[in-house]
Amino acid sequence: MSLKRIVGRLVFLVLVIWAASTITFFIPRLSPRNPIRERFAELARIGGFSPQDLEAIVASYNTKFGLDKPLWQQYFDYVSSVARFDLGVSLNKYPKTVIDLIMESLPWTIVLLFVTTILSFVLGNLLGAIAAWPRAPGWLRSLATPFVLLMGVPPVLMGVLLLFFIGFRLKLLPLGSAYSTGMVPDWSSLSFILNVAKHQILPALSLILGSVGGWVLSMRGMGVTIQGEDYVLFAEHKGLSGFVIFKDYYLRNALLPQVTGLALALGTVVTSNIVVESLFGLPGLGRVLSQAIQANDFLVIYGIVLFITIAVATLMVVVELLYPLLDPRIRQE
Amino acid sequence: MGPILEVRDLQVSYYTDAGRATALAGASFSLNAGEKLGLVGESGSGKSTMALAMMRMIKPPGRIEAGQVIVDGVNLRELSEAQMLQARLNKIAYIPQGAMNSLNPVTRIEAQMADAIRAHDKQTTKKEIAARCRQALESVDLKPQVAKMYAHELSGGMKQRVCIAISILLKPKVIICDEPTSALDVVTQRQVMETIDRVKDQIGAAVILIGHDMGLMAQFVDKVAVMYAGRLMEVSTVREMFTDPKHPYAKALINSLPRLDNKGVFQGIPGLAPSLLRLPPGCPFNPRCSQAMDICRAVIPPSVTLEGGRTVACHLYADKV
Ligand SMILES: Nc1ncnc2c1ncn2[C@@H]1O[C@H](COP(=O)(O)OP(=O)(O)OP(=O)(O)O)[C@@H](O)[C@H]1O
Ligand code: SF4
Ligand SMILES: [Mg+2]
Repeated sequence: MSLKRIVGRLVFLVLVIWAASTITFFIPRLSPRNPIRERFAELARIGGFSPQDLEAIVASYNTKFGLDKPLWQQYFDYVSSVARFDLGVSLNKYPKTVIDLIMESLPWTIVLLFVTTILSFVLGNLLGAIAAWPRAPGWLRSLATPFVLLMGVPPVLMGVLLLFFIGFRLKLLPLGSAYSTGMVPDWSSLSFILNVAKHQILPALSLILGSVGGWVLSMRGMGVTIQGEDYVLFAEHKGLSGFVIFKDYYLRNALLPQVTGLALALGTVVTSNIVVESLFGLPGLGRVLSQAIQANDFLVIYGIVLFITIAVATLMVVVELLYPLLDPRIRQE
Repeated sequence: MGPILEVRDLQVSYYTDAGRATALAGASFSLNAGEKLGLVGESGSGKSTMALAMMRMIKPPGRIEAGQVIVDGVNLRELSEAQMLQARLNKIAYIPQGAMNSLNPVTRIEAQMADAIRAHDKQTTKKEIAARCRQALESVDLKPQVAKMYAHELSGGMKQRVCIAISILLKPKVIICDEPTSALDVVTQRQVMETIDRVKDQIGAAVILIGHDMGLMAQFVDKVAVMYAGRLMEVSTVREMFTDPKHPYAKALINSLPRLDNKGVFQGIPGLAPSLLRLPPGCPFNPRCSQAMDICRAVIPPSVTLEGGRTVACHLYADKV
């Protein structure tokens, strides 16, 4: 792969980050609400200080956060701090910074996201490839069907159904939260890790069950095309075993466009992940985001949106840069 | 020593929604080791079908309905699936039509040669495999470096050679090349044909060349088989075929060839090839045949062997046995 291509992708990445930070800067300014005033007004109501004090406090915080500067300068400051990976502070949980909040919650999100995306990609593509493989036994080919039927059920609905039947009715698995109340987080204790894993099963299932079908369908379509390719036919004429043909000739080639599909699907995957996290009360990015939305803690909201945009764009570029490793034809260009 | 390849009454039908199409209606011929047969006929006449039937690679909706394919004394149709898997490439090899796309685009040539060897010979060491690949590439005039390359790095002629190299890896008794030259330029066509000739001599196999180009065939094969609507109309030596074709369809084919004296004008054969689903009764060629008789429209002509061993399926010769 050429250097030009890599540089091109990196320039693209910088442009995406710039565009995303611009949008996340201007959108909150469209709202007339001031989260600082709201927070202190709340405190003032509980009792403490007078409306005059409130104005003074709000003004001093406006200065502190630079909200009294001209808009263009605020914009410039914001973009340059984003470039330094500084997303500002939480107005609601000050002095915590947005990066602090993201870093605290990120591991939960990443683990769930990683496991569910990989599992549904692997499962969906394998089942789809088998479903399109005429020499596979019928029962094996039909394994894909239930997933196709579940396809398109939104993860939230799937989550609610799973919670109701498996969590509430059958009481097989916990109803939510990251680990049992009363447990002390300790990543060196096996029983704590197992407890966490148990709490992750339903959220993971709600993300996986509905998304496998999409991979099944696209892979099955791809598989039907690839089987008719001359190189698969020639492989059969060579007397290769069905397994070798399936693995090296059919699957390898049919997977190529699916990897591109994976890069494109990442955005949706992240969004559903966040929704499901909130539903199950997991302490991931999703919960931080929904708390921030309730408090109109706009630097947090837009910091997270920005972070996700950048993360997805980066992942897409990474997948694209890895693609040539799978396809030698692209390596050449 | 008897023939290395004997095909007897091989019959294949495709069961389509529109009905049963018998794409190969009882083909019989035989070849000696080292002999080359050219199989010619219009598009859709059943050439590939015959080759695939010999490999036992006819897929649904097609079915091999009758006949025998005997290679080196073994009737392939009686083998189990597992035995047939071993026989492919080992006893009989097929280079598909469209060899341009017959190589896996995502793996190196050596991997595609190695898996073929390993499928038939589990014991082979890596070193032996590499040596055999190098040897096979050498016999088709390719450098050993080609092993490390990918299909897209090769020219059309080189890809065709790689396919030939793969087909001779296990020294089969019969090699079938389906239109090996159709996508190549004239110079490369000749080189590929010469390569096929050479590897054939090296391993002493019988070769079947499928193609449209009678002119190219004439220079490279020993025997010619003319196919029409799933039937072998005439099988004879090249010399007999070009100087004295017997079957009216073979005559028309030979006469339609561009020659120097008619300034390359392609005469063509009047009429259209019949649909396999609506074959005329009797001889399938009768609507286009200038010598058709009453019996031709009623009875399918049997294949008869004339003096010298050539076979013809035409009523004109039925009484001359
Ligand atoms: N899978 C199939 N299903 C139905 N009919 C088929 C199938 N494959 C081939 N046929 C029919 O069988 C007949 C012979 O086809 P075949 O491919 O053997 O012809 P061919 O002589 O090799 O032609 P070409 O020169 O175009 O390669 C054709 O009429 C074709 O329509
Ligand atoms: S059998 Fe009759 S119709 Fe057919 S080729 Fe011979 S003469 Fe012509
Ligand atoms: Mg063909």
